[in-house]
Amino acid sequence: MTILLQAEALTKHFPGRRGLIDMARRTPRPVVRALTGITLDIRAGETLGIVGESGCGKSTLARCLVGLHPPDSGAVRFEGADLAGMSGGDTLGFHRQVQMIFQDPYGSLNPLMSVGDTLSEALAVHNIVPKAAIAARVTELLAMVHLPPDAAGRRPHEFSGGQRQRIGIARALAVEPKIIVADEPVSALDVSVQAQIVNLLLELRARLGLTLVFITHDLRLVRHMTQRVAVMYLGRIVELGPTADLFAAPRHPYTRALLRAVPQLTPGMRGRDAAVRGELPSPLAPPPGCAFHPRCGIAEAGCSVSVPVLSERNGDWPVACFLAEG
Amino acid sequence: MRVSISLIIGSVLLGAMLIAAAVPDWFAPFDPLAFDYDALSMPPSGEHWFGTDQFGRDVLSRIIHAARVDLQIAVFCVIFPLVLGGAIGLLVGWYGGILDAVFGRLVDLVVTFPFLVLVIFFVAVLGPGLVNVYIAVTCVGWVPYAKLMRAEVMVQAQSDYVAAGKVLGYQMPRILLRHILPNAARPVLVYAVTDMALAILLGSSLGYLGLGAQPPTAEWGVLIADGKNFFTTAPWMALFPGLAIVLAGLGFSLTGDGLADLLAVKR
Repeated sequence: MTILLQAEALTKHFPGRRGLIDMARRTPRPVVRALTGITLDIRAGETLGIVGESGCGKSTLARCLVGLHPPDSGAVRFEGADLAGMSGGDTLGFHRQVQMIFQDPYGSLNPLMSVGDTLSEALAVHNIVPKAAIAARVTELLAMVHLPPDAAGRRPHEFSGGQRQRIGIARALAVEPKIIVADEPVSALDVSVQAQIVNLLLELRARLGLTLVFITHDLRLVRHMTQRVAVMYLGRIVELGPTADLFAAPRHPYTRALLRAVPQLTPGMRGRDAAVRGELPSPLAPPPGCAFHPRCGIAEAGCSVSVPVLSERNGDWPVACFLAEG
Repeated sequence: MRVSISLIIGSVLLGAMLIAAAVPDWFAPFDPLAFDYDALSMPPSGEHWFGTDQFGRDVLSRIIHAARVDLQIAVFCVIFPLVLGGAIGLLVGWYGGILDAVFGRLVDLVVTFPFLVLVIFFVAVLGPGLVNVYIAVTCVGWVPYAKLMRAEVMVQAQSDYVAAGKVLGYQMPRILLRHILPNAARPVLVYAVTDMALAILLGSSLGYLGLGAQPPTAEWGVLIADGKNFFTTAPWMALFPGLAIVLAGLGFSLTGDGLADLLAVKR
């Protein structure tokens, strides 16, 4: 299977602010460690899920993958070419191939531009179709996301959240990308609308042969939509495996805790113990060693000393835990 | 789109001022500059509705003819600061960093002085006259526009539709001018219309002080300044120009208010 998009040891830190007193005391500038050494291959045609709690770096990873954030170190490669080394036409080509769907359907559309203008702009900048054919192509795009042709003349505020998310999807599809990174595309929507958007994505994936990176904290969606899943904790990937196998036999204690936290309909299946203790530590000051050890039920002395790397450890897929041997 | 009462009243007042400024001769019963020694300081009457001044000039005619000058003041005292401040705010809001730090100190420097004092300082250096008033007001008045524009641009720049534009590979000028500017400019334009009311007051104040429009040009502030010496004997000379200023100011304020409702960006 060919690898389409690659993250190679991606690290992204955001400098925080410090006050005058801290400056005078020469306290080092606080740093939010959003991503630390993320390595991830996205294969052509697959749907990869990225899951984790709020604040684990999922969205930062998404934004690095589409070129919105330049990484501090490491590289994003598309079909082998480093994004940081691209210029002019190559960058435009990258943006044509790698698109994004945003979480908030209310903020992701320019409120002053009609839907038709929003879509035409993408078509015109990338010369997708000749000028004369733009209007017809806009109608096709709207049909693709199940919106009527007259939607083109209206402004975003005339649409519901679900409809706006469809417009956002149409905009991403306008440039005919190979890969779409969807950053929590349904978490801002009503549950009834979520299913429609998810089904639309599944339909488009089959029809257009899209590669999808699906970022969410909803494990049911991951199980429903993805072939592989990466579990993130405090800026690192802790487990990366085939979705079905990983859900059946999670290897990392954090993955196990996450899965146990999914609400169960069968009474006998409900766990009584809390899935995971405590709160997500601040990414300003992650714990030493394995970042999960303060909340881990099986942590040993060594866990607070050194950081476990993501590797197979005698299993079928990589996991970042010293105690997951075999 | 909801048209409010304040917008209707405001535009009627401004419309009247516009018409008076465009074709004053249609409405003014007398030549605003013609002396009439048979009718010095006459109180309001059937012939001279607003009375006459100490040279027998018809006050109503002078007020109507002054509308053109005052409208010009209102527009020019706003448009130059708007363009200059808007451009500065757009760049500072987008690029931030060092530019923003320099901008912040410059703003501190300008706002340290009371607005009118600084304008009077510039006019005093440059010399009295309307053109110099515009230069002075531009030098001082760009600050609130730049601050407002900067804040709006910073908010818009963080929005997802701008991120979507970047992901689509749009160039910086396209994102800044086609996406951010139209969204950021609306509150600034609304502020500008409201600011025109203050510009009329400023122009009149400077006229009153002898720094703005020069006699014999009829200008509302100048008319009040002329009339103040006769206020006990001929109060109409200052009263009616004052009323014109109030109505014009009200017109701009109400229009700005109404526009704010009308142009509020729906999300």
